[in-house]
Amino acid sequence: MESEDQPAFKTRGLAKTYGEGASAVHALRGVELEIPKGELVVLLGPSGSGKSTLLNILGGIDRATAGEALFHGDDLVRMDDRRLTRYRRKHVGFVFQFYNLMPSLTARENVELVAEIADKPMDAMEALERVGLKNRADHFPSELSGGEQQRVAIARAIAKQPSVLFCDEPTGALDIKTGIGVLRALQELNSTLGATTLIITHAAATGAIADRVLNLADGQLRNVEINAVKKKPEELDW
Amino acid sequence: MNELFGGMATLNKKLWRDLLRVKGQVLAIVLVIGAGIALLVMSRGMVASLDTTMRVYYARYQFADIFAPAKRAPNRLLADLRAIDGVSAAQGRIVGGGLVDLPEEAAPISAQFVSIDPDAPRRINNVAIARGVPPSSTRGGEALVLEPFAAAHGLGPGDEIAVTMHGARRVFRISGTANAPEFIYIIPPGDFAPDPARFAVLWVTREEMEAAYDLDGAFNEAVLTLSHGVDEKPVIAALDRILAPYGATGAYARADQISNKYLTEEMKQFAVMDSVMAPLFLIVSAFLLNVVMTRLVQTERTQIGLLKSFGYSNATIGLHYLMFALTIALIGTGVGWIGGLQLGRMITKVYQLYFHFPFLIFVPDFRTLNWALLSSGLTAGFGGTLAVIAAARLAPAIAMRPPAPPNYRRGASSGRGLFRIDQPTRMFMRRIVRQPVRAALTVIGIGAAMGLAVMMRFNLNAIDYMLNASFNVIDRSDILVTFAEPLSDATMYQFRNIEGVLYVEAVRSTPARFSHAGSERLAGITGIPDAPVLNRPLDSQLRQIESHGDGVLLARQYAEILNIGVGDMLTVEVREGRRPTLELPVAGFVEAMIGTPIYMKKTALDRALKEPGRISGVLLKIDPNESERIYARLKNMPMVAGVSLRREAYRNFRKLLDEGPGTFRAIMTLVSIIIAIGVVYNNARIAFIERERDLATLRILGFTKIETGYVLLGELAALTIIALPVGSLIGYLLWTYVAAAMSTDLYMIPTVVKAAGFGYAAIVVIAAGIMAGGFVQRDINRFDLVPVLKSRE
Repeated sequence: MESEDQPAFKTRGLAKTYGEGASAVHALRGVELEIPKGELVVLLGPSGSGKSTLLNILGGIDRATAGEALFHGDDLVRMDDRRLTRYRRKHVGFVFQFYNLMPSLTARENVELVAEIADKPMDAMEALERVGLKNRADHFPSELSGGEQQRVAIARAIAKQPSVLFCDEPTGALDIKTGIGVLRALQELNSTLGATTLIITHAAATGAIADRVLNLADGQLRNVEINAVKKKPEELDW
Repeated sequence: MNELFGGMATLNKKLWRDLLRVKGQVLAIVLVIGAGIALLVMSRGMVASLDTTMRVYYARYQFADIFAPAKRAPNRLLADLRAIDGVSAAQGRIVGGGLVDLPEEAAPISAQFVSIDPDAPRRINNVAIARGVPPSSTRGGEALVLEPFAAAHGLGPGDEIAVTMHGARRVFRISGTANAPEFIYIIPPGDFAPDPARFAVLWVTREEMEAAYDLDGAFNEAVLTLSHGVDEKPVIAALDRILAPYGATGAYARADQISNKYLTEEMKQFAVMDSVMAPLFLIVSAFLLNVVMTRLVQTERTQIGLLKSFGYSNATIGLHYLMFALTIALIGTGVGWIGGLQLGRMITKVYQLYFHFPFLIFVPDFRTLNWALLSSGLTAGFGGTLAVIAAARLAPAIAMRPPAPPNYRRGASSGRGLFRIDQPTRMFMRRIVRQPVRAALTVIGIGAAMGLAVMMRFNLNAIDYMLNASFNVIDRSDILVTFAEPLSDATMYQFRNIEGVLYVEAVRSTPARFSHAGSERLAGITGIPDAPVLNRPLDSQLRQIESHGDGVLLARQYAEILNIGVGDMLTVEVREGRRPTLELPVAGFVEAMIGTPIYMKKTALDRALKEPGRISGVLLKIDPNESERIYARLKNMPMVAGVSLRREAYRNFRKLLDEGPGTFRAIMTLVSIIIAIGVVYNNARIAFIERERDLATLRILGFTKIETGYVLLGELAALTIIALPVGSLIGYLLWTYVAAAMSTDLYMIPTVVKAAGFGYAAIVVIAAGIMAGGFVQRDINRFDLVPVLKSRE
């Protein structure tokens, strides 16, 4: 059950294997970690290190082969499809590398899309205001720049007031300047909304904006760095 | 050539994998093409089989080219007939009506007696002996019986059969059974549907026929064959001239011989199937193929760009996609060909119940295969070409970029409406509004499938309407009794006095040649009472036509056949009695769905013929509880030459239309359902592929499977609903065309439209939509969310 000192996530022996026998690929080989509530966490690692797999499992869109992944004490690994959907619907906000906005809906409607199915949603205009896009609310995605689209995606993710926010390479498709803007928005939202935020990136420098940096390699957690002082995204050294 | 085919081996591998990847859609198109080809192969195979069998049968048994009935013509006249230019052979025979009295049958059965000369060489209208032997001229008292009739009643050689011929009762011993080219389609006199059980043909030796019908040294029907390629018209004119003094009612060609006429009309209907239905199916499949190909090319833009950047030529890539379309068409053709042959065999067997051939030559008609290949090839060509051109035209650099996203921009329809709608609904509604061409194509595709279902349903309704109108509204009698020759109208009292007869209506009909403005027709004219009760002339609204003075009322079909209108004068050359030629005004047209009657008031007809008070038959309305007793009385009335039971006739017509065309209809309905599912599934599937990423995103955002499905299936449902009125219209147009094309001289298919027909078709389409939706929902339920996160648009 939920209690104050319980971590947002806690995994034990988390493993994921694709395929079988000789051709089996071990994406995760027994990951043990704890992520306290409300922290901003950056997952670092080269491609193939298993960071995306880990995020997908914690986000409830992929299933581990072995081990446990506890969210507020409930094991995601043992949830059926319906419960995972409910978990995503209730608790999780996603930000994708390629935004994944609905092209037929305006910025505001994209946010409302999620707000409509949430328990205690934030007003769509407020969510857009928080990412600085209030004045672009009635634009379609094709009328927005990449950075703007990603900020709409963030507004969409926070509109349901999620307990956790997952961002898979949120700046991957953006130039540096725009990327900084997106990271700033994420950092601000983390501190104001208190949603546990996981960001995947392969840019090691990004780790400096986080409370905690998880370094993955070869399907295992190599080390955990805890930053006593978080940098602001614009202070990062690229 | 190397440049064109270089790299094709690799592309061919891609081709097979692509086909497997979109196997659901391939299957849908294969079924649609297959259905069209199967209909083509079936109807052509059937027509070819019946036609070949008919030709061989006619030739082998010397089926006459011309029939010339008379009252009594001396045998010496045959020499004159043979001398007519173009006549290769002429023979005189004696035919006569009568009744057969079977102990187990309450009602008397109409019979035709035909003289046979078993020893004559090369007889015209020969018979094909099925069992036993021809009647012996030495033993006497023997008859050869029509095989289908014998089979229906379990009769065979050695059995005895009681008959009334020319008013006299006799018993014949059955020497054998036979089929004959003039009785392939066996219709009792006065009926319109075949019933081998209720029409007997007995071949009796010439001597016995001469004795029975008082025709010593004479004949009452000449049958003639013509030399190859001779025009029938002058021969018929010469025959009419020569036989006129001998009571000729008018010679007619084989085309007007009743069995042959029905047979050819049935085959004509198959030709309609061929020319209307099959192309329709192929058009729908071309449309489907085009949609699939276009979408395929869109989803493969990157691959096309890549291939081009490797140096593959436009022609090679174009050829690759064309082969994709052709492969589908080829598979469809194969499926259709095999299915069509099976269906052809099946339906030919069904028709064998009506067409009594002693043998059947099934022709798989390989020309049809060429046709099928050509038409499906063209289908693929049309269906694929646009997409192929698009594929070939893409510049590599452009191709490798994702397609421009659908251009959603703020416009009138993006404003917030008066009422609040949820975002998923907004998503699909906007897709429909913003991509109207795509939506319109889907609507037309679904509409076409629905149109077919509508048409099939109307066909069924029309048959019900036709049968009901004919047997319950126009003619309300129970029994039609015909006499061997016109009798005094005092005869009616004999019928009125039979217990259980509720009403007797006189019938006076006489054969005549009708002509107007160069068109002519041999038919009968029927005199009806001033106030008919049982058989009534009705207008197109089925209201009784009360006043028509001394003029004639023509079946509506004659307006076209004789190019005649109300008020025009019709020339009527009566072929009976004094044989007057009359000029009569057309008073109106009557609705007749079965047969093409010509009416006038009996009093006026009597005056014109100068033969007052003669009747040629009666219509009876009876108390059904007394039917057995009435039948027994009819068996013993010497003047009765034919008895037609309306209830039986109705049942037979119903059976005929249920079994033959009914089988056809069942096949067509099945096919329309296949098309509906094919179109709807294809659209749903393509929409799914196009929007896979959006749908997966919704799932990740926490939408349930059903909620996600709604975005896709809601669009499909909306388009299906829009397609309903479109399909209704398409169905209505198709129906009016097909009804006109399938109407024959023998029966007219009324273009009645019942709203329920639309409802039925709508249910078919909606059911197909739900099935197709189910398949797509299954895809949504199954898909893998992980790759979506990383994919670009």
